[in-house]
Amino acid sequence: MNLGRVAAISRKEFLQVRRDPRSLLIALFMPIMLLGLLGYGVRLDAKHVPIYVFDRDGSQDSQALLKRFQASEYFELERVVDNYGEITAAIDAGRCKLALVVPPDFARRLRDGGGVAVQAIVDATDDNTANLAIGYATAVVSGFSQAVQLDWMRRQGLPDRSATPPLSIEFRTWYNEDLESRNFIIPGVVALVMTLVGALLSSLTIAREWERGTMEQLVSTPVTAREIMVGKLIPYFLIGLVDATLCAAVGIGWFQVPFRGTVATLFVATALFLIVVLGIGFMISVAIPNQLGASSIAILVTLLPTNLLSGFAFPIDQMPAPIRAVTYLVWGRYYVTILKAVFLKGCGLRALAEPLLALVIYAAVVGTLATRAFRKTLT
Amino acid sequence: MLARIFHMLVKEFLQLRRDRYARIRLVVPPLIQMVMFGYAATFEVHSVATALMDRDNSQESRDLVSRFTASGRFEVIAIARDEAQLADLVDRGQATIAIQIRSGFAQQLRKGVTAPVQLIVDGTNSNTALIALGYVNRIAAAFASEYASNAVARVAPARLRVIPSVALEERPWYNPGFASRWFFVPGVIGSLMLVITVNLTAFAVVREREIGTLEQIMVSPIRPMEFILGKTLPSFLVGLSEAALITLVGILWFRVPFRGDPLVLLLGVSLFLTCTLGMGLLISTLCKTQQQAFASSFFILMPGFTLSGFSFPIASMPPAMQWLTYLNPLRYLLVVLRGTFLKGLGLCVLWPQMLAMAVIGATVLSVSVFRFRKSLD
Repeated sequence: MNLGRVAAISRKEFLQVRRDPRSLLIALFMPIMLLGLLGYGVRLDAKHVPIYVFDRDGSQDSQALLKRFQASEYFELERVVDNYGEITAAIDAGRCKLALVVPPDFARRLRDGGGVAVQAIVDATDDNTANLAIGYATAVVSGFSQAVQLDWMRRQGLPDRSATPPLSIEFRTWYNEDLESRNFIIPGVVALVMTLVGALLSSLTIAREWERGTMEQLVSTPVTAREIMVGKLIPYFLIGLVDATLCAAVGIGWFQVPFRGTVATLFVATALFLIVVLGIGFMISVAIPNQLGASSIAILVTLLPTNLLSGFAFPIDQMPAPIRAVTYLVWGRYYVTILKAVFLKGCGLRALAEPLLALVIYAAVVGTLATRAFRKTLT
Repeated sequence: MLARIFHMLVKEFLQLRRDRYARIRLVVPPLIQMVMFGYAATFEVHSVATALMDRDNSQESRDLVSRFTASGRFEVIAIARDEAQLADLVDRGQATIAIQIRSGFAQQLRKGVTAPVQLIVDGTNSNTALIALGYVNRIAAAFASEYASNAVARVAPARLRVIPSVALEERPWYNPGFASRWFFVPGVIGSLMLVITVNLTAFAVVREREIGTLEQIMVSPIRPMEFILGKTLPSFLVGLSEAALITLVGILWFRVPFRGDPLVLLLGVSLFLTCTLGMGLLISTLCKTQQQAFASSFFILMPGFTLSGFSFPIASMPPAMQWLTYLNPLRYLLVVLRGTFLKGLGLCVLWPQMLAMAVIGATVLSVSVFRFRKSLD
């Protein structure tokens, strides 16, 4: 391999990126946009869930229960209504997520003793928000129930053992202490950006030569196929490293995502991952001599799995077994694991040996295949 | 005029038929995406990997542990010997939750002192952690309430029957099994429509411009409006058939209920298509090459996708972002899709969404037509 020729190809490719403002936008502006969109736009926790209340009892007891809901930061009392029809209409129109219905004889049944049920009608269309809202509502109601029991025992002259709650759960949340969605999403965004920069931009490299008709010129020069490949990919590799630094800096500096690992681990993993995505993008580019087709396939083959099957947003351990098996084939999975560990857990190279090894294997295989994929022919 | 539009349509479809990549692109990726989203996109937490250490080993502690295992939500993957091992299981990501019951747990309970239970949660995935904590709270509340009743039962068994308690009875409407799939599958239809139709329209025009055939068409007697119709109608028809295809997969394969009126959905999709065709046309007026069109559509589609409520709830976004979502036609289509699929809603509820899409569609389409005519001059 002649380094001079590689450098010349690199320089040509680099100039092409620099002079194409839109490629430049993908390379420089897109990471910032993704970070902004996902850093601000992704919040999976639910606060201020809008609720409607239908208090069919209207007693002091029912009001006491509702006060607890009003006091909770998780709920926002939108309206008090006096029939089911309004609840149905509000849930249908999405104005309320949860509606509480207190039964008509709530206070009387509490006085007489025994269990009373309060209805929570939940719009479960968005199952995750619904699930969280029910969790919060259960906590409010069981707190109320405990208070009622305690009060009852006092009045009955029973020893009020439950003056102190019998059980307390002492939580310690590790790695993401405040359970911020942002801390969970942003490390994964680095993987999305690397995939986009790596696979998308490189998938256009050979197709562009074909479409612009410059392939003949390139083939007629003494440069070898391998030199073309290496030369064409070097600029994107460098752009990728710059973008990774940019993402990490914005994530840490602006979004206050903790960074507990070492920069070295981050760079080793990023370099390996870049080799994989660049190789795949290049192979796509060789296989499909059409920029549009190449870039669509690149998105399908690289971005989609990294988005869905890497654990970036959707937890792998909750997927059905066959899909879980497929995730082992997704290179993004290993990179996302490393990213999250480096940012939040502070794991070093040794603790991450497994995913790193997987990336090394992928890089070796893809690198070998990519060098064989491209031949200097015009047919 | 109709004849010229018809010829234009024939030309477009011929082009599509002869472009092997385009045909594959229109069928295979949407199906793959649908299947992947249907199976992989889930925020459900079925089983929480749990590590356990019970130092007390009393009747009470075993009762508490059995409540965790019996709930079906927690899967005990390891019984730890000591705290270090417990911590290690969380560190290596094998356990999401580690429960530690110290010795003296039962004694404290009997004495009426609060008995602490230590819990370590891996917060890396904040959503899973939050939902798991919700499950833990429910179990702990049930344990505490029953323990209190048992205390009453010991001193005054006769009055046990009348101990008051309040429980929450959940009535999940529209998605009783809390299935993420029911939430995502209708959404995928919307996001796929956005991507496919914007790109299709943008590239249909830009390709002509890049190859140089746009000028040939312009010197023919065809009028700009006819050209625009000839370019957008195929995208519209392709968009509708895509929607039908993916909707069928969602209903027949993923068994997501469709409770509404197909005609309402058809109206919603058609209005949405006017928006996306307008966006595609607008992109085509701004770009000279397909590569530029690709990059531009990317910068429009990415925010369109994120700020739509497709997977991340709009209500939890910062106010400025929430305002932006009002400009996004996908936001409205998703309400229509989920409304017709899961809620069985009709126009009397969905008219604001329809109106919004009609307004956005009319605006974008007229701006892009205006710009397009200018770009031809």
